[in-house]
Amino acid sequence: MAARPAAPRDIVSVPLLETRALCRTFGAIAAARDIDFRLEAGARHALIGPNGAGKTTFVNLLAGAIAASSGAVLLKGRDVTRVAQAERVKLGLSRTFQINRLFRGLSVLENVYIPVAERVGAAPSMFRPAGRRRDVVDEAMQLLRTLRLADDAPRRVAELPYGRQRLVELAIALGRKPEVLLLDEPAAGVPSAESHIILDAIGDLPPHIAVLIIDHDMDLVFRFADRITVLVGGAVFATGSPREIGSNPDVRAVYLGQAAHG
Amino acid sequence: MRDEHPAARALAGRHRLRPWEPIPWVLALAWYVVFPKHLGFGTEVLVTILFAVSLDLALGYAGVVTLGHAAFFGAGAYTVGMLAKHGVWNEPITSLLLAGLVAAAVGLGSGLVLLRTRGLTLLMLTLCTMALLEETANLGHAYTGGFDGLDSLPIAPLLGVFEFNPLYPRTQYLYVLTVLFLCFVFVRTLVHSPFGQSLTGIRENTLRMHAVGAPVRARLVVCYTLSAAVAGIAGGIWAQANAYVNLGTLGLDRAATVLIILALGGHGRLYGAFIGAAAYMMLSHFLSKIYPTAWQLGLGLLLVAIALFAKNGILGIGAALWRRARPPRATS
Amino acid sequence: MIVGADVASVLLGGVAAGMVLFIVSVGLSITMGLMGFVNLAHGGFAMLGGYAIVYAMKVWGLGFVPALVFGFVVTAAGSAVLERLLYARLYKAAELDQVLFTIGLVFIMIAAVTLWFGPENQPVALPAMLQGQIDLGITRYRTYSVVLIAIGIVIVAGLWLGFERTRMGAQIRAAVDNRRMAESLGINIDRLFTATFAFGSGMAALGGGLGAEFLGLDPQYALKYLVYFLIVVAVGGLGRVTGVFYAALLIGVLDFVLKKYLPQGGALFIYALTILVLLWRPQGLFGARA
Repeated sequence: MAARPAAPRDIVSVPLLETRALCRTFGAIAAARDIDFRLEAGARHALIGPNGAGKTTFVNLLAGAIAASSGAVLLKGRDVTRVAQAERVKLGLSRTFQINRLFRGLSVLENVYIPVAERVGAAPSMFRPAGRRRDVVDEAMQLLRTLRLADDAPRRVAELPYGRQRLVELAIALGRKPEVLLLDEPAAGVPSAESHIILDAIGDLPPHIAVLIIDHDMDLVFRFADRITVLVGGAVFATGSPREIGSNPDVRAVYLGQAAHG
Repeated sequence: MRDEHPAARALAGRHRLRPWEPIPWVLALAWYVVFPKHLGFGTEVLVTILFAVSLDLALGYAGVVTLGHAAFFGAGAYTVGMLAKHGVWNEPITSLLLAGLVAAAVGLGSGLVLLRTRGLTLLMLTLCTMALLEETANLGHAYTGGFDGLDSLPIAPLLGVFEFNPLYPRTQYLYVLTVLFLCFVFVRTLVHSPFGQSLTGIRENTLRMHAVGAPVRARLVVCYTLSAAVAGIAGGIWAQANAYVNLGTLGLDRAATVLIILALGGHGRLYGAFIGAAAYMMLSHFLSKIYPTAWQLGLGLLLVAIALFAKNGILGIGAALWRRARPPRATS
Repeated sequence: MIVGADVASVLLGGVAAGMVLFIVSVGLSITMGLMGFVNLAHGGFAMLGGYAIVYAMKVWGLGFVPALVFGFVVTAAGSAVLERLLYARLYKAAELDQVLFTIGLVFIMIAAVTLWFGPENQPVALPAMLQGQIDLGITRYRTYSVVLIAIGIVIVAGLWLGFERTRMGAQIRAAVDNRRMAESLGINIDRLFTATFAFGSGMAALGGGLGAEFLGLDPQYALKYLVYFLIVVAVGGLGRVTGVFYAALLIGVLDFVLKKYLPQGGALFIYALTILVLLWRPQGLFGARA
């Protein structure tokens, strides 16, 4: 049998995002227990688990929205455990939310303008009109084009159907040109007729970005993930390739009775 | 390559002057010509507009609900007043700049600590800061004139030529109008800049702004400080125009009134200050002295109505009607 | 000996004033902690209650105690109606709208009271039993103030028992700590809000009536003392009966002490102290950290 060429992930590299023995308790409840986790460049990693497993807590810990009780979070090799959310974003981490957090009164273009402006350092500028920063405007429009949102650019976000709003949610995160992207249930709440726009967008994400997707939707997970981590009761239950996880009887047992969301 | 997508062009042109924007200034100049006997009242309205514009920066753009904005108005007024009364400095333009700086310093100092808090705590802190300043002014009556204030301020003629005559407030009116114009141009530029855009983002969804890497608190402190500076300038020109300063410049009455004015006109829309101030002061001028109790009752009913049905004030109602009348178009 | 009497009388006066502050403010603290609603009209309810009490005594000839009961009931009922009709529509509204609404409401209250009663101060005729002085050993002090202190202690004990021992008290505490969880436990939040709001406003009315003798009662009452009520609530911590109690006593005693020994700087000291406390503990001395 010919030697398999080394897949990029086999080469030892500093993971873009890593946690070591990450813990978080809320009073008596351990929402995250001793989680070790690695995310490499180009990864398409999915985080699944039954309700209440602590998936969103974990994403919040990674993003810096909540503080860890113990353990470490490392971003590009740097310890960011005590670093605030906005600082982690500047270091290249971006996330979306399970429930849309959009600038609803603003246009789609303005929604994307904001993160791009922050990234290129245009935001503190007080004396030139926002629209005159053509570099920011053009980059925002280009991003909207890649997400097929260009036609909606002038519309107020509040007027869009939920599926397209969810796409704007993704666009805002991508406006930061992140190296690490955390997607919290990206298709949640999207009517099935519209969910393909989200799935297509995820499929088109730049290949060098490390992506962690939390979801219940097994179709989505198995479609995109090359690695899956199962979280149960705040702790890592199993990690492996989709085939390994899919055929793992213990994982199936944990999910018994949990209807897969479509 | 410049993007010619209509949305990009709309955003690029968002700051451009709308056809109706010169109207308030034309009206103000017309007032000068048509009502030369009411320039005192007119000056008062213009000062109130500037004060309301400053509050709009804090409230409409930084989202700080404050009942203590008169702290900055008073700080500016007393800077001008004390410098003039005690013979230290009475050149109007530089005094005004100093007033703005002093108020900005107060704004920066209080903003750095206050803006860590939210909700009732923040409201109380703004209130107590202003009350603290008022009490300090009351106690330091050797410098501030205490309860009676400082009157007959000797303000030097503007540019050495134009005298501030209390009986014929022509100079005052045009001076205040010019200051209002310059400050408004500054605020308008700020609001349309990327900085202003980020403030809007903070107002629309603070949590998301944190999540896109914006230094939220720093932006709010800067906005609050600028708002304080403009409020201080408003206080300064008030003192100069009236040649007078008293504790009322620091009082809850003034702070609550400007909040009501901005709510009436519509906050977060820059011109709400104009409409609110003009409407309120007209009504107040005619009604509040003749039927004070009925005025208070009417004002109360109006506020309840605004809170329940017209959260965005007169301009909000206007915008809603406009949106209903026209098909959806590019946001501007 | 004279110094002791001096100190004692200042303390007694301060504690009595603090009790009145507590009785008026406790309702505000509970409703703000429970509903998260900035109610600047609370002083107006105290004022309306005071006027109702004066009216009942002057026009209907009710005794002091029956008039107090009347004031409590009438204000509670009226506030319940207002709560269902108007306040409830703004629970989810922005803070600015709540502030505007309650300022408007208090203006309406002041105007209504001015139109009906006129702008003068309304004296409250205390029953003969409560007038005069009482001998406390260390000093002689105004009977009424001593009675106020006793009433205050009874009320705070009753409220504390009510919150700790009754089911409704437990429901309120649960809803203050975590409204969504309380709802999911099947607690009828709407009814709880209305009942608590009514009770709080009734308490304010009681405080307004009890305190009218030395705080005065005129149309400006609603705004004149609002800042003090707010300070007591903010410093004490939202939704905490004990917090409001201690904060009210603190402010009451401080006010009296400062009026006597530092007449010029009293208010300034209290404002500065409030700022420092709120910067150190934004949730109040006894409040729960958000």
